[in-house]
Amino acid sequence: MQLASTILIDGLIDASWIFIVAVGLTLIFGVLNILNIAHGNFYAIGAYVAANAVGIYYSGSNPPMLGLLAMTGAALAAAIVLGPLLERGLLRFFYHRDEIVLVLVTYALFLILEDATKLIWGVNPYYAYEPYSLFGNVNVGRMNYVGYDFFLIGLAVFIGIVLWLGLNRTRSGKVVLAVIHDREMSSAAGVNVTKIFVIAFTIGVFLAALAGAFTAPKISVQPGLAVMVVLLSFAVVVIGGLGSIEGAAIASLIVGLSRALAIHLAPWAELFIVYLVMAMMLAVRPQGIFAPTALRKI
Amino acid sequence: MRSAFWRVLGLASCLAVANFLAPPAPAQEKDKVFKLGIVTFTSGPGAESFGTPGWNAAKRLIEAFNRGGELPAPYDKIGFGGRKVEVSVIDESGGTTKQVQELRNAFDRDNFDAIIGYISSSNCLAAAPVAEEMKKLLILFDCGTPRIFEDREYQYVFRNSSHATMDNVAIVRYLQKRKIKLATAAGINPDYAYGRDNWKDFIQSLQKVLGTKTGSELWPKFGAGQYGTEISALLQTNPSIIHTSLWGGDLQAFILQAAPRGLFKNRLVAIMAGDHVLHPLGKRMPEGVIIGARGVGGPFAKQSALNDWLVASTQKHEPGVLPSQAHYRMTQSVLGLKSAVEKAMAANGNKRPTTEQIAAALRGLEWDTPSGKIKMALGNGHQAIQANAIGVTKWDQKLNRMIVTDVEVFAAECVNPPAGIKSEDWIAQGFPGAKCD
Repeated sequence: MQLASTILIDGLIDASWIFIVAVGLTLIFGVLNILNIAHGNFYAIGAYVAANAVGIYYSGSNPPMLGLLAMTGAALAAAIVLGPLLERGLLRFFYHRDEIVLVLVTYALFLILEDATKLIWGVNPYYAYEPYSLFGNVNVGRMNYVGYDFFLIGLAVFIGIVLWLGLNRTRSGKVVLAVIHDREMSSAAGVNVTKIFVIAFTIGVFLAALAGAFTAPKISVQPGLAVMVVLLSFAVVVIGGLGSIEGAAIASLIVGLSRALAIHLAPWAELFIVYLVMAMMLAVRPQGIFAPTALRKI
Repeated sequence: MRSAFWRVLGLASCLAVANFLAPPAPAQEKDKVFKLGIVTFTSGPGAESFGTPGWNAAKRLIEAFNRGGELPAPYDKIGFGGRKVEVSVIDESGGTTKQVQELRNAFDRDNFDAIIGYISSSNCLAAAPVAEEMKKLLILFDCGTPRIFEDREYQYVFRNSSHATMDNVAIVRYLQKRKIKLATAAGINPDYAYGRDNWKDFIQSLQKVLGTKTGSELWPKFGAGQYGTEISALLQTNPSIIHTSLWGGDLQAFILQAAPRGLFKNRLVAIMAGDHVLHPLGKRMPEGVIIGARGVGGPFAKQSALNDWLVASTQKHEPGVLPSQAHYRMTQSVLGLKSAVEKAMAANGNKRPTTEQIAAALRGLEWDTPSGKIKMALGNGHQAIQANAIGVTKWDQKLNRMIVTDVEVFAAECVNPPAGIKSEDWIAQGFPGAKCD
């Protein structure tokens, strides 16, 4: 019983982190049709700016809980600067080219941002550990957890609900869905597709940066954060279906619980379990669990 | 389209002709410098703890050599035997295929006289046969896997620091010496050559010496960063001791996530060669952790003129930083190369020695370093051994930093296998020939 609850909780904690990390990637793919390899860089930049913000915020005698807002603000600032700059300054020039060209462009962006991050923050580690102790510790049976990890589960649920409601229950969201389904028709109907692209890309960058910001208290922020995040996000997006928020949520749960099961019951399988699930999904349902219905133009 | 083709062809032809007509560097000029390449992580997760400190140490040492007279004798001569040293860095990131190509380029295209490099065991295993095939001098400086010189013989490849077997054997000898009883041992190690070799050496030594049973074995990916589930699994199985060879950012993340969950309470945690996280983590590093530095360096270093120079040089350029194992291992590697080049020159009538002459001089060499005496005792004189120190972390209020206490120093011959036997067999046979008194 204790083992089962531990696996479930570990799986949920892992899944929440994976969802926050991957949902931005799936949103960008859904709207802009770009498989953004630089997604991990936005995560890393979010971690760095949050570490800076936490350092500044907690050096004063400010209310500790509001440090979480400082982290969110830092991620938002990074997204507002980077999102429009990269979408308008780089990506838009390649929208009419082959999809593979866009993948190569974002790969180049990944390499550039990797070095730019090092140029700005150097190679020495940054720490943002203060928020990690904000929620104390929680005992579940004999197992001790850090409360912050449960906060991350709540944050993931909150982000998922806000995104789903935003897309499905608001006028702006429905316009975005229209662009996802058919950008040419949306444009012909008077939708400002350019504006939607900038906003969607910036929200995707914000979600990646937010994931980095809220992971920062658990890690030492230093070069190399981007790579692992990209691989994991791709796995989640492939399993869930490219461009599907619901798919990303279910895929994160599958990946998180599979990893927890493997680590507790068969540690030798931990390394490949995520990719095994991905391979099985590709074999059985190549379009992923929740891939949007493909339209056929006549 | 066709005109673009002719423009590109024309440009390429011009460049080729320009390259052909450019005067070659005069032989005399080339002879005046020793071209040394340093391969280390300047990007990625290995940069902060090992790559950058290693490169900084090499650069500062070479600068001091080129000025001359700054280090204590016998390292006070200018450059390598009077020849100035030109040093460049190559990034170790990108995987083994890239590294093999980079190594070929370094020797074939950039004409380096020697390369000192590699932190990753996988890169060491891939690069060593290439240097051997090219008949070029390669000195491995940091990677820990013992397999390099145990699986085959080399003429041109050396490792001027001990391999990781001694980290594990020294920890087990430490536990034995301190009469610590352990029922079960669990491990969390990175899933590549270094982590696998470390765990195998540790658990086999522990079973041999203390009869400890094996608990869970966890293998997170290098660079994983998230260890919540692994920590739960370790808490769930509740072993008497946890062994880890995680390093750099991974080790820091593991400690930051494990300490608040009480993993370091009521059980021992042994971190192989983990001294490099003491300074960056500061007070967040738990007390009572068994730790080493693969050698008598870092927090274990003994006072000497050479060590004083290294500490002063590091603190001058990196204020507040105490040199850790990457500084020490790079320093001893460069000092070994300098000693070998100068020995080879002396034997060659003070003329520029060939690669073969330098290799012959380095084979079986002994030299002094900030971390004590280094002896090329294994792998037919190509693999170094050195003494090793183990201690326990403790926060020092006065110094305002983490220090190591209850330190035990083990002789090189006590924690390294003798020549002619593989580490694995040496451990399995109960450490025959070990000299521990």
